[in-house]
Amino acid sequence: MSRLTPATAAAQRSATPRRNALRALGTIASIALLSPAGATPTSMREAIAVFTGGAIPIEGGLRLEVPGLVENGNSVPVSVTVDSPMTEAAHVRRIAVFNEKNPQPQVAVFRLGPRSGAARIGTRMRMADSQRIVAVAELSDGSFRQHAIDVIVTLAACIETEGG
Amino acid sequence: MATSALVKVPPRARRGEVIEITAMAAHPMETGVRPGADGRLVLRNIVHTFSCRYDGAEVFRAELYPAITANPYLAFTTIATRSGPLEFRWEDDRGVVIVATATIVVE
Repeated sequence: MSRLTPATAAAQRSATPRRNALRALGTIASIALLSPAGATPTSMREAIAVFTGGAIPIEGGLRLEVPGLVENGNSVPVSVTVDSPMTEAAHVRRIAVFNEKNPQPQVAVFRLGPRSGAARIGTRMRMADSQRIVAVAELSDGSFRQHAIDVIVTLAACIETEGG
Repeated sequence: MATSALVKVPPRARRGEVIEITAMAAHPMETGVRPGADGRLVLRNIVHTFSCRYDGAEVFRAELYPAITANPYLAFTTIATRSGPLEFRWEDDRGVVIVATATIVVE
């Protein structure tokens, strides 16, 4: 059966663009699979709001230290220091670190108290891309402090390949 | 799975001195978003909680997320109160618990 009906001819003419469209969809789908809904500035703001119970953190009184230029996103030193006497009456209860572009906005939450003696923590994190890092501290009077730093990453953490 | 840990605590301190502690456990901190050799995502398995107990109380705790590096490194402080052990504990998604102990002499 070699004679084409108008309908099948139309179908054949449109087959190529449709196939392209399908292919494009497939590409989008596989990109979506490889990069699951990542953290965004919005999801980071939401995660911070969950941490603070909706309170707006005040800038200052807290120092986040992250290199401004990171060559290797697989291991980035992060430290946070909060100005606090760390007494029973006035201390830091929690310090949290957030990011904008990793798969999740949360990095870590640290619980401290008067027995900490100082409000100072350090860790190492992965960075999937250049992004803003935010540290937020909860003080014993119920207030919150924050400090944000923009970090440029030249080699991202390998979250999508073997060996990352 | 490797279950070794490395902790650094000063062996001696004066009573009331603020001491710095570092702790690291051997752990892949598998994020759950990374395909393995077969192209399928490797199941998430991270150390989600770390804690340090000293002189009758928990003096530090950390909740970790997949953004923390493999072999998670943590640095924190505590006040030297009395001689004795500091107990460190890491727990991962599979329920595997890694423990370590370091002893301090407080004068």
